[in-house]
Amino acid sequence: MISALSVQNLAIARGDRLLFEHLTLSLGAGEAVALVGRNGAGKTSLLRAVAGLIRPLAGDVAFLGPAGPLPAEDARCQGLHLVGHHDGLKSSRTAFEELLFQVRWTGGSLASAEAACERLGLNRLRGLEVRKLSAGQRRRVALARLIAAPRPLWLLDEPLAPLDAEQRALFGTLMDEHLAGGGLIVAAVHDPLPVAARAVEIGA
Amino acid sequence: MSGFSVLLRRELALSWGGGGGPLLALAFYLAVATLLPLAIGAEPGRLAAIAPGAAWIGLALASLLSLERLFERDYEDGALDLLALGPAPLELAAVAKCLAQWITTGAPLALLAPVAAVALGAEVRLAPLTFAAALVGGVGFSFCGGIGAALSLGSRRGGMLIAVIVLPLFAPPVIFGGGAIAAYAAGLDWRTPLMLLSAYSLAMAALGPFAMAAACRNALS
Repeated sequence: MISALSVQNLAIARGDRLLFEHLTLSLGAGEAVALVGRNGAGKTSLLRAVAGLIRPLAGDVAFLGPAGPLPAEDARCQGLHLVGHHDGLKSSRTAFEELLFQVRWTGGSLASAEAACERLGLNRLRGLEVRKLSAGQRRRVALARLIAAPRPLWLLDEPLAPLDAEQRALFGTLMDEHLAGGGLIVAAVHDPLPVAARAVEIGA
Repeated sequence: MSGFSVLLRRELALSWGGGGGPLLALAFYLAVATLLPLAIGAEPGRLAAIAPGAAWIGLALASLLSLERLFERDYEDGALDLLALGPAPLELAAVAKCLAQWITTGAPLALLAPVAAVALGAEVRLAPLTFAAALVGGVGFSFCGGIGAALSLGSRRGGMLIAVIVLPLFAPPVIFGGGAIAAYAAGLDWRTPLMLLSAYSLAMAALGPFAMAAACRNALS
């Protein structure tokens, strides 16, 4: 449904501090943007503003579908995934219970959750409590909902940071497939993304 | 509606699972009911007079216990972001959370309330009304408590803050609930206070979710 994202003249402040202003960014189907910038430049805040979780000081975030502009509320609730530093996994539940909740909540099913486990090689971890997982394993569980509950716009906050080389390559393949299927990716990164992406510097 | 049931099932699983769960509130309630005679004196006549009211105070306090985790755990680990981006609006997510809170804490406490009241010396014929009033009042406690839990998001020592925000708002259900039982014991009209108690709970269930969702959005931003 979302086939383009348009950010116009965005300004974001946290507390009294202005992070950036006059940020304009547009992104079409099949495109990826890598947000780069120093720590604290506002990459995470930009992702959260696109997701509607924080209100920008000025400017607009608009979602466009094939037939024109989409209501922002619907687009956010049905059309985007946000995977950030905090993965929302409850440490006392098993990896699969949490994965299944996240997948069902975002529109997937038991079958798609199992397929995603298979794809990401999570089957061995399914029965483990989340507290026993490593940072990279937790991130993989959180990323699984991206493919188990397909939504066109992925907002990723340093998605690769805790992953090892093999997992980075695998996730690169998944991102490629997502883009090839008309998806959109906005990722805040410090290392280069494993897919072709336009770099946008925040807070330059 | 499917999003609602998915969330409700998860909330129930989280409440029943580790981290205290309903047993903690029940144990706290029993402890309060046990301490009371030690403080007031064990003469049956004196205890029996205050038993229904004391059972209600204990109920209100025990309802506070697990509120701190209601929104806080999702706020801390980022799950609240996910809830905000789900198929159901945050208002409905708040309803699911409070409903789960009522099922796992309010209802078991309501079962224990008549036991505590009778153990303190209330007449056995008061037990059914005590149970009914506690069950209805529990809805109000859950939804009203949810507002306090959402408002205290992100603050240190949120549990204390919840108690300070919420306890004054617990005054009406304590008055009406305790009043209904006292009226019944005295052979007076007990339906009116029970209906006022129900009205309070319904109003909290109807209005609370909007306040909770607004407080959550504010905490996230």
